[in-house]
Amino acid sequence: MLAQIREITLMNLRNLPSRLGSSSVIVVGIAGVVAVLVSILAMATGFRAALESTAAPDRAIVLRGGSGGELSSGISQEAVNIVAQMEGIVAASGELYTIADVPKRSNGTVANLVVRGVEQSAFVVRPELKIVEGRAFEPGKAELIVGRRAREEFAGIDLGATVRFRDSDWTIVGVFEADGDATESEVWADGNVVQSAFRRGGGVSTMRVQLSAPSVIETIAQRIANDPRLDLQIRSEQDFYGDQSKRLSAIITSFGYLVGVIMAIGAVFAALNTMYSAVTTRTVEIATLRAIGFGATPVLISVMIEALLLAVVGGLLGAVLSFVIFNGMTVSTLNSGTFSQVGFDFAVTPKLMTQGLTWAVSLGFIGGLFPALRATRLPITVALRGE
Amino acid sequence: MNFLSLIWAGLFRRRTRTALTLLSIIIAFLLFGLLRSITNAFSAGVDVAGVDRLVVQPKYSIIDGLPISHLNQIRAVPGVAMVTHYSWFGGVYQERSNFFPKFPVQPVDWFAVYPELRIDPAQLEKFAATRTGAVAPAELAAKFGWKIGDKIPIEADIWPKKDGTRMWEFDLVGVYQASTAGTSRNAFLLNYDYFDEARQFGQGGVGSFVVRVADPAKAAEVARAIDVVFENSSNETRTATEAEVARQFANQIGDIGLMMGGILAAVFFTIILLTGNTMAQAFRERVPELAVLKTLGFSDVLVALLVLGEAVLLCVAGGAVGLGIAALLGPGVAQGVKEVLPGFKIVWETIAMGLTIAVLLGLVVGAVPAVTARRLRIVDALRER
Repeated sequence: MLAQIREITLMNLRNLPSRLGSSSVIVVGIAGVVAVLVSILAMATGFRAALESTAAPDRAIVLRGGSGGELSSGISQEAVNIVAQMEGIVAASGELYTIADVPKRSNGTVANLVVRGVEQSAFVVRPELKIVEGRAFEPGKAELIVGRRAREEFAGIDLGATVRFRDSDWTIVGVFEADGDATESEVWADGNVVQSAFRRGGGVSTMRVQLSAPSVIETIAQRIANDPRLDLQIRSEQDFYGDQSKRLSAIITSFGYLVGVIMAIGAVFAALNTMYSAVTTRTVEIATLRAIGFGATPVLISVMIEALLLAVVGGLLGAVLSFVIFNGMTVSTLNSGTFSQVGFDFAVTPKLMTQGLTWAVSLGFIGGLFPALRATRLPITVALRGE
Repeated sequence: MNFLSLIWAGLFRRRTRTALTLLSIIIAFLLFGLLRSITNAFSAGVDVAGVDRLVVQPKYSIIDGLPISHLNQIRAVPGVAMVTHYSWFGGVYQERSNFFPKFPVQPVDWFAVYPELRIDPAQLEKFAATRTGAVAPAELAAKFGWKIGDKIPIEADIWPKKDGTRMWEFDLVGVYQASTAGTSRNAFLLNYDYFDEARQFGQGGVGSFVVRVADPAKAAEVARAIDVVFENSSNETRTATEAEVARQFANQIGDIGLMMGGILAAVFFTIILLTGNTMAQAFRERVPELAVLKTLGFSDVLVALLVLGEAVLLCVAGGAVGLGIAALLGPGVAQGVKEVLPGFKIVWETIAMGLTIAVLLGLVVGAVPAVTARRLRIVDALRER
């Protein structure tokens, strides 16, 4: 029986080139489904990865009570000092978070760029941040360092350029990287200069703190809650950025599956069509095989193998296409959690590609099964007559 | 046998194939209907924005705010018919996911500048007279089951009160009918005077001004004139039409919207390509049949038309059903994506455009086989059998 399957399958595959046009329908159709599904999911994965990699397990953010993001938060200098002294906090950085309108490279319209005013301890709290070109800003000067992604997405903030924000002109003196995380979509400057140039009163927006261990956050939260002078909340970065990424990535993911399913239905119809005609044009052939003693099962299996093979080729093509076109491609969007632009890379992960291939195989299975069943059910005598 | 029934017979020649082809066309046009509506939704804010209204924003960032003293200076600019302002309150009602915009405004002026928002004059009067008063769009009130007279608690995230507490409580004194679902102007409105007096900091500041111009044709000139007034002051402005501001905001979502539109377009064309290929192949297999028709005395043109008619009929039928399903699904989808894509709606233009594409598709797919059929020499074709 195995020998029979092999013989028929090889025969089918040998005359595949003569059916190239119709067979390519399966390949192209399934490649389309897989490419679209994988690409859309890669967008969601990339967005989540950019935000989540910003978070370190032993780092936390302190915001004003009730505030949902850095933009709406505000902390007095006095409160900053109290928190910085707390046990379990290794390093603390008070930061001013503000937004400037800067034109995007892609369409020239202005979009929200984060300008973060920091003190030196900000670099201590975030060891992943590295200056890759130029130098760091000098305290007291209107100098900016720009994130790698911010520079890619926004126009006019290249190294050495001068850019006008509210009350002053700023010179870009450096470019930084931070392992591809969301910080790279920001520009940084000296906190005191930002404070006066953006006319922000005393105090800061938020605090970043380095904890001695991830677990101490509970104790600190308790201490903050018990201190009548403080109206603050402390959240782990993982929690904070996880929240931000959840909404948009859920939307993109469900959109991806919706389109994927609709397309998959279309591709199954195309595959069924092709396999039916593949079986139909070979009715006489199949009947001849049956007449000379080949069993029904080998015929069925061989048709299935052909369909699955085409599906796998399509699936691989789609996954590779998605990888070649989209993997690493940088796009940016408005992060509703921060009211600012965040850039991220499409992440076509092996997991997504495997998922795409699974879809391809399932589609090939459905597309091949019914035509294969028909091939075996034809009465030999009728089939031999060729009608 | 007349012409149509011949086409009909042709379509039922291979039932399975016709059914499958029809189904994939249906899928393609279902997708088309949804895709067009998504792209429409991304530009929805742009369409509903008024043409005779300008928005005066802070020049460097929307978060900077402007002093309320700008109001009189803007009013004095020639061509300005009316001016009012709004601010961004932020805040959370019960849970963060219950998001809706909340604007502190001057009640009477706001409804004068936005005449398309309809409110009972008595309720508007009450709103203006009640310090802690608020009015909500009817849709929003229905969503949360608010009734006039209810107290609506909002926890501030940007604006604490003077005493340091964060809980604001507003008295719902009216509801208004919003013009179109999904515009950013469908906000929960509260009294600016009360807001400004009770907040901890930021007194005398507003978010943006909204201007109605006397002559929409001169909107651009008026916008420039307003910006000139504040040039080189400590609070410079950037004035644009509401449509431009909406487009700008839509652009912020930017890449993702664009990407989804692009991906869906690619999907549509893939399916169309596949279907076209299948149909063309079906015709090739039927060449001998067409030769028989010619032998029976059908003219070349008639046979070509027969083939073309079959292709067009199949595409249009599939297109109509697919678009029909999209229209049926529309309200459900709109409900599901309300939070993200408030402008989602299947409009007649989309349906009309889809049907046009279906006809064109039929013509394109049918063209090659039709020409082949016309040129067919009976003897050659019959010999192939």
